[in-house]
Amino acid sequence: MKIVVLVKQVPATDKVKMDEETGTMIREGVEAELNPLDLYAVEEAVRIKENLGNDVEISVISMGPRMAVDAVKNAIAMGCDKGYLLSDRKFAGADTLSTAYALSIGIKKIIDEFDIILCGERATDGETGQVGPGIGAHLGLPVLTYVSKIEEIGGGKIIAHRAIEGGYEVVESPMPVLVSVVKEINEPGIPTLRGKIKAKNTEIPILTADDIGADEDRLGLKGSPTRVVKTFHPKVARKGEILSTSKDLDEAVDGLVDFLGKIEII
Amino acid sequence: MENRLDDYKGIWTLGEMREGEIHAVSYELLAWGKDLADKLGVELGSIIIGHNVKDKAKELIYRGSDKVYVVDNPALKDFRADPYSKILTSLIDEYKPEIFIASATTIGRTLMPICAVKLQTGLTADCTGLDIDINERLLIQTRPAIGGNIMATIKTPTSRPQMSTVRPKSKGPLPIDESRKGEIIVKEFGGEYLATRVKRVDFLREETVGAPIQDADIIVSCGKGLKDGKNLSIINELAELLGGSVGASRKAVDLGWISYSHQVGLSGKSVSPRLYIACGISGAVQHLAGMSSAETVIAINSDPEADIFRAADFGVVGDIFEVIPLVVQRLKERIKE
Repeated sequence: MKIVVLVKQVPATDKVKMDEETGTMIREGVEAELNPLDLYAVEEAVRIKENLGNDVEISVISMGPRMAVDAVKNAIAMGCDKGYLLSDRKFAGADTLSTAYALSIGIKKIIDEFDIILCGERATDGETGQVGPGIGAHLGLPVLTYVSKIEEIGGGKIIAHRAIEGGYEVVESPMPVLVSVVKEINEPGIPTLRGKIKAKNTEIPILTADDIGADEDRLGLKGSPTRVVKTFHPKVARKGEILSTSKDLDEAVDGLVDFLGKIEII
Repeated sequence: MENRLDDYKGIWTLGEMREGEIHAVSYELLAWGKDLADKLGVELGSIIIGHNVKDKAKELIYRGSDKVYVVDNPALKDFRADPYSKILTSLIDEYKPEIFIASATTIGRTLMPICAVKLQTGLTADCTGLDIDINERLLIQTRPAIGGNIMATIKTPTSRPQMSTVRPKSKGPLPIDESRKGEIIVKEFGGEYLATRVKRVDFLREETVGAPIQDADIIVSCGKGLKDGKNLSIINELAELLGGSVGASRKAVDLGWISYSHQVGLSGKSVSPRLYIACGISGAVQHLAGMSSAETVIAINSDPEADIFRAADFGVVGDIFEVIPLVVQRLKERIKE
């Protein structure tokens, strides 16, 4: 079985800067990490391999600046076998349509036949969740989103639980398939020393737009139909009245109940 | 990607069916759609796909639609990405709306990216605001990003339709107006349009207090301050009294006190309720990211320095085990009166 895991390197959530002119994120010089929600996809791939044995091969693919090699290596340290990074100035400024295009072309170029593509539900920077399903559409795959459990995998099919509003939908799909997972699916392990050494010694090929044979018109800002025209900081912190029970418990409770009345909740 | 932009006219919303009924998010979406349609001076259309939906189409007209396109077939009873995306893209190719919006639910956030790729157009995720730039005749889409640190305004200038998913509860529905007149257009699809590779085997319902948090008007949320899963009963009781749902911080979920479907924040759900009551939640940035678009926030926490108070419209510094039971008692007294 061949598994593809897609990962993204994201800026640590609380340290973000924007380019005022282009409205895109400045990624250089900002502390970066493997998207926390991708850890679950990586871990699930590793668990499938543990369960099914060694004829499972896990390839991690990412797209981003060169420093994103670290995110790929991080996934290898967790137990993935091979890693690739799509990196080219031509990819810069891509929105979700263009990113999904580039990644789908890259996946096809790197791995001719795969059984499952795993990805996180969304990245914590853009928070769109659109790239996974978009890749599924590009590659003509069935798409399973919000997967909270893989019940069965093998023999060309998968049975999975999807965490949707009001409960869990159990679905069956043929493979190859694209699966995006939610946090509930597992508890990611911490890389072992052996894993870290392996990651250090694994060479990560870096592929450019030319290498994957992508249509340049569909890449980067040029290939992106959406434009960030403005960014701004959300309205300043709320400044509410704060009462303390240490001063007067009844007054604080009454204050809260009165407030509920004032905003017409009761 | 260059479409002939002028060929596209009108606003479309996706009517969302859940378990055979039009879900309330569809009406919120119509309130956004009506606003946009009025600004542009165009018609507002809606699509509903499902089984036994024909008779329900008029509900969408009462809430603002001028035209409802109905696709009704037993094979379309539950949402399936394959047939729904094929049917939607076919209808969009035929009628060419300039703007097409869906709710940022698990259905919308699965279906819309697939459709956007098939249509080769732009899609903006999880918007909390929509408006029209009348000079450029473009949709202005506003959304939080990067953990709510930043709001971004996004346009789709060169492709059509301009597509967005819209965060549930970001706008209230229009009142029902049964005197509104509109047109119901039934569209038939068969054969390959109905084929699906993914089959529903089962549905495991989760029994909880109130609606799923994404749909809730009021959320009472608990964090580490709850100390133990056994204590969830006080949160449940307050939520029930207020007619709300129960949310949780990541910590409360990771400790196994409550299931993941209740988690609010960066690795959980983003919610926009009318009222969010944070009980024993310190207010880590990852949590604030998921609830900062709530209309009103109340915080109860024993630590006066907790960050949650900076995100609250009203706060009580105190022990939740002391405060909540008294609030519950006062509310019960009020109900009796």
